[in-house]
Amino acid sequence: MRKTRISTPIRYLINTALIVVLWVLLTVVISASGLKGEYYRGIMITIGINIILATSLNIVCGYLGQLPLGHAGFMAVGAYSGAIFMKSTPAAALLRAGNSAAVIPYLIIAVVIAAVVAGLFGLLIGIPALRLKGDYLAIITLGFGEIIRVVLTNIDSVLGFKVTYGASGLARIPKFTNFNVMYVFTVLILFLIHVFMKSRHGRAVLSIRDNEIASESVGINTTFYKTLAFVFSAMLAGVAGCLYAGYLGSLYPSTFKFMKSIEILVMVVLGGMGSMLGSIISAVVLTALPELLRSFSDYRMVVYSLALVLMMLFRPKGLMGTYDFSMGDTLERIIDRIRFGGKSRKEVQG
Amino acid sequence: MTFSLLIAQLINGLQTGSVYALVALGYSMVYGIIKLLNFAHGDIIMVGAYMVYYAIASFALPPIVAVILAVGVSTLLGVTVEKVAYTPLRSAPRLSLLITAIGVSFLLENGAQLVFGADQKSMDPMVTGSISMGGISVSYAAIVTIVVSVIAMVVLTIVVNRTKIGKAMRAVSEDMGAAQLMGISLNRTISMTFAIGSALAGIGSVLYLCAYPQASPTMGSMLGIKAFVAAVLGGIGSIPGAMIGGFVIGVLEALVAAAGFSMWKDAAVFLILIIVLVFKPTGILGKKIQEKV
Repeated sequence: MRKTRISTPIRYLINTALIVVLWVLLTVVISASGLKGEYYRGIMITIGINIILATSLNIVCGYLGQLPLGHAGFMAVGAYSGAIFMKSTPAAALLRAGNSAAVIPYLIIAVVIAAVVAGLFGLLIGIPALRLKGDYLAIITLGFGEIIRVVLTNIDSVLGFKVTYGASGLARIPKFTNFNVMYVFTVLILFLIHVFMKSRHGRAVLSIRDNEIASESVGINTTFYKTLAFVFSAMLAGVAGCLYAGYLGSLYPSTFKFMKSIEILVMVVLGGMGSMLGSIISAVVLTALPELLRSFSDYRMVVYSLALVLMMLFRPKGLMGTYDFSMGDTLERIIDRIRFGGKSRKEVQG
Repeated sequence: MTFSLLIAQLINGLQTGSVYALVALGYSMVYGIIKLLNFAHGDIIMVGAYMVYYAIASFALPPIVAVILAVGVSTLLGVTVEKVAYTPLRSAPRLSLLITAIGVSFLLENGAQLVFGADQKSMDPMVTGSISMGGISVSYAAIVTIVVSVIAMVVLTIVVNRTKIGKAMRAVSEDMGAAQLMGISLNRTISMTFAIGSALAGIGSVLYLCAYPQASPTMGSMLGIKAFVAAVLGGIGSIPGAMIGGFVIGVLEALVAAAGFSMWKDAAVFLILIIVLVFKPTGILGKKIQEKV
């Protein structure tokens, strides 16, 4: 047992301070590296998008214990709905005029739209999909993901007017995602997931993973919580998609192939299913590594898939297992160590 | 649509459907025995197709050698994958096994991209010419495909129902523990299942090349997924079910394409899958298994 206790408000204060420090640090790195700063900024934004994608998939994959293979589909839905909304606003003109502060309200609406639309799709897909388990759930979500992609590619010919611009891609989306926007949303979403998982609803989701029948028998509405986790995960993937659209400025249905879902899954599995820290670390490493080792890029997917197989064979829990990091707990442990020296915890307790 | 066009499309559908059926059999057998959705199965077809391509287009070997090579390499690959990646995980959670299968599938796809190159390799059609029957022209390739796959299925049914190894396979899929107590070698039976499934995939790859004479690293993934849909549609674990499912999917695709929606045929296949999974998850011929607490 730890003797030192840090109260919750102080914990939040420490975490907020650290988040600000990290922001300052990254901003300094970007502005200090001159021409390369733009390049670093791009990598960091991609990392942010991948962090949101990985941690959101982790909700269903790690915490709920199911294996969905259609995460890219939700990302696509969010990306297209956010992008189509942004194109209809005067955001592009505002951005061209350098007035990025005026874009913020539009940006927030776009993100909300993306989340809601992706969430609706999550509900639509989750209700039938979550009646099934394991392989069937995997294959049905895969099917839905592919249907979303086919629809995005071909919907224009059915509607008779241009919405998604099919395979040629949706271009000239206002580029509203800058580093600060990405940073704020990443932190916000990580916080949301954290709060959700620490709430009784999050505990209910975890109990379903550990034993569905037992949790049902203690009165947890398993269908409701499975759907809730699935929809929540889909909404966050939609937000990631929206920010992705705002970063790249153009969207193609072929980006959101089955391969994309697998890439996200690799991040979650390597990091450890059920560990937010693991998802974050592997999202950072798997995004930055191929960028830093350009000559390695041909082998990227080979290494990914090999890593996936080897990880399953030798360390099926992933890098972090289900361990999650808590700044407050770590500080408490360090302070204990300082106050009570090298004594073991048992001695301190006695 | 004229009647003769409809018939022609139906025959086209049966041709693709018989390839799906052959591949679906592999999925179904493996799923029946170790409850694993073997994602790598589709990619074994891809490797088989490359073997045929290299044998015929690069080394100008006679087609029969190409077929033997494709079937041999596919079988070997299937058994190797099972031994290296799946056997160590036999007692692991199903999720780990499934993720491993996805990993193997992507390893094969990306490995093929490095070894064979990312571009599509086109070759001359192996079987050419067609026959006219009552105003409907049927290609020899379609006839060969349908006949070969029907023969393969008949042989498979005989193997499963009449031979000792077939009996062992049925026993293991029914109750692994009890089968082991009866002195059935689990490792050998499971390997044999993978070998037979992969050999069928090898035959499937040759027949696929008859219909679409080109090989690419990603050709297996969509083919594999559709074959899996066929297996689920027919009732996973059931051999006649896999055949029926394969033909249904093939014909459905051809009809959707004939109706002018060829861009939507993938969506149609998945829609069927979803409808089946929601309303009758056990498929057309599947058995209902009650989950025990």
